[in-house]
Amino acid sequence: MPELIVYGIVLGSIIALGSVGLTLIWSITDLFNCAHGDQITAGAYFALLAGSLFSQLGFLQGKVGPFSFNWGVLLGFVPAILLSAGLAILIDRWVYRPLRRWGATSIVGFIASIGVAWVLRGLIYIIWGADFHFYSTGLRPMLFLPLGIKLRTDEIFIIVVAWAAVALVYLFLKRTKMGKALRALADNPPLARVAGIDTERMIVWAWAIAGTLIAIAGVLYGIETQLRPEMGWIFLLPLFAAIILGGQGSITGALAGGLVMGIAQQVSTAWLVPSYKPAVAFIIMILVLLFRPQGIFGRRRT
Amino acid sequence: MGMELAGILRFLASFAIMASIYAIFSMGLNVHWGYTGLLNYGIAGFFAVGAYASALITTPMPTGVLADYVDQAIGLDQPFLVGVLGAAIAAGLVAALVGLLTLRLREGYLAISTIGIAETIRLFFNNEPWLANGPEGLIGLPRPLHGLVAPRYYNYIYLVIVLAFLGIIYVAVERGIRSPWGRVLRAIREDEVMASADGKNVFMFKLQSLILGAMIMGIAGALYAHYSAAIQPGVFTPLFGTFIIWTMLTLGGTGNNRGAILGAFLVWALWSWSTFFISKVVPSGFQTRAPFIRYVLIGLVLVIVLLRRPRGIMGEERQVSRF
Repeated sequence: MPELIVYGIVLGSIIALGSVGLTLIWSITDLFNCAHGDQITAGAYFALLAGSLFSQLGFLQGKVGPFSFNWGVLLGFVPAILLSAGLAILIDRWVYRPLRRWGATSIVGFIASIGVAWVLRGLIYIIWGADFHFYSTGLRPMLFLPLGIKLRTDEIFIIVVAWAAVALVYLFLKRTKMGKALRALADNPPLARVAGIDTERMIVWAWAIAGTLIAIAGVLYGIETQLRPEMGWIFLLPLFAAIILGGQGSITGALAGGLVMGIAQQVSTAWLVPSYKPAVAFIIMILVLLFRPQGIFGRRRT
Repeated sequence: MGMELAGILRFLASFAIMASIYAIFSMGLNVHWGYTGLLNYGIAGFFAVGAYASALITTPMPTGVLADYVDQAIGLDQPFLVGVLGAAIAAGLVAALVGLLTLRLREGYLAISTIGIAETIRLFFNNEPWLANGPEGLIGLPRPLHGLVAPRYYNYIYLVIVLAFLGIIYVAVERGIRSPWGRVLRAIREDEVMASADGKNVFMFKLQSLILGAMIMGIAGALYAHYSAAIQPGVFTPLFGTFIIWTMLTLGGTGNNRGAILGAFLVWALWSWSTFFISKVVPSGFQTRAPFIRYVLIGLVLVIVLLRRPRGIMGEERQVSRF
C-alpha cells in the first residue's frame, strides 16, 4: 500500500502538471479543451524527435547521472516545450480565436476541440506509427526505500521536475505583472478589458504557458512509461476530474486534485484490474460533481 | 460486366446498411443535441448497451465445446425483434440512470461525464468476462430472415430491414419534435431559465429527451450487432462510437433530421472510401499507418464545418407545430 501511494504521487504529479494548464485555459478563455490530452502526447513525441535527431548526429548519447535516459532526451525538453507552445498558439489562432471573434458560445469551441484532438492523434499515428516508443531502452535503475518501496530513479526526477515547473508557474502568476493580468482576466474578463489589458495577447500567453506545462507533462509521462498515440487521451478524464475536484480556476486546487487523482487511481489497483483506472477517476469526478460541485478545495463562487 | 455490376451493387448495399445505421445514431444525437441542447459525448456507451443487450437476448447459452470458450451471463435465444426491443429498453434504462445523475450539471460537465460513462461501460464489458465473454466478445448473432435468399444476397434483405427502422424512427422523431412536447425541448435548448419560468419541468423534459435519444441509439446498436454478427468491446471506442456521429450531425445540419441522415451518408462515404483510395496511393511500407488519415479527416471536417458553416449543410429546419 505505501508503495501504491508513492506511485500515485508520481502519476499525480504528472496529472497536476497537465491540469494546471487545462484550468488556466478554462478560466481565461472559458474553453474546456478536449485536445489537451492529445497535445500532451504531441509534447512527448516532440522530445522523442529531438532525442533521435541528437543521437543521429552522434552526440549527447551518455546517460544523465543515475537516470535511464540520455542527455539528448533531457535537452529535448527545450524543443518539445517550444514546439508544444507554438502548436497551442497556432491551434488557438486557427480554431478558437475565429470562434471567439464571431461570439460563438464556448460550447462550440468545446466541440471543435474534439476535432482538433482527432487531427492531432491521427497525425501522431501517421508520423510515428501505432507501435510503442521508448526514450531509452537500457536498464531503469531502481532505488530500494524503507517500507519495501521500490522506486525508479527516474520517478524522483519526475516528481522534482513536475513540482519545480508548477512552482515556477505559480510564482509567475502571483509575482509578475503579466501573471497578475492573466489572473485578472480569468477572474473578470470585462473588468480586465476596461482596465486596459489586451485580452487576445494575454490569451496567447496563456496558451504558451499551457503548452509549456503540456510538453513537460508529456515528456515526464513518456519517461515514466512509454510513448503511444493514445497516451494523452486516457489522461483526459483524470485531468478534468482533477480540476473539478480542485474547483474551477483554482491553480492550487488543480494541484491537489491532480495528486488525489493519481493516488486514487494507483491505490485502486490493489483491488481492481489496472485498466479500470480511468473509470476510478470518472467515478470520483461524478461523486464530486454531485455532492460538492464547487470542488473539494475550491470556494463557492458568488 | 454483369458480374462487375453485381459486385458494385453488393458493395453499395453494405455501404448503405452502415450509413443507415449511422443515420439512426445521428438522429438519436439530434434528439439530444439538436433539439434539447444536451451534450452527449458518450454515444458509444448507449451503442454498446444496445448491441450487447440484443446479443444476449437473441443468442442461446453456449453448449458443448463452445461453452468452454464462451462465457455469457444470459442467453435467451429470442427472435431478432425481441432483441431490438430489449436493446431500446436497456439503453433507455441506462439513460434514465445517467440522466438522474448528470442532467442537473452544467452542459460541459454533462459532456465530460458522458465520456466517462461510455468509457466505463466499455471497460466493464472488457474486464468482466462472465457478462459477455470479455475482450473476445460474442459471435454468431442471428441474422433475421437469413434463410430467405442465398447468403451472397443477404445484404439486400438486411438493407430493407435497416431502412424500415430508419423510416419509422424518422417519422416518429419528426412527429415528436413538431408536437408541443418537442416545442418545449427546443425552448429548453434556447433558454432554460425561460422554459422553467413558463412552468415547464426542465429536468423531466431533459430526462425524457435523453431516454428517447438513447433508445434510438440502442436500436441502432442492435442493428449494428446483428449486421456484423459479432461484437467486441473494441468496437465501442470514442471515435467509431461517438465522435464520428458528432461529425455526421454537425456536417448535415444540427436540428434537422434529414441533415442528420445526409451527414451520416457523407461522412460514412468519406470514412469507408478514403481507406480504399488511400491504400491505392500510399507506398506499401506506409500501409499500416494509412487508415489513421481517417482520424485526421473526421477531425478536420468537424472543425472546418464549425468554423465555416456552423449550421451544417442543411441548417435547422423551421418547425411549425401541428397542434
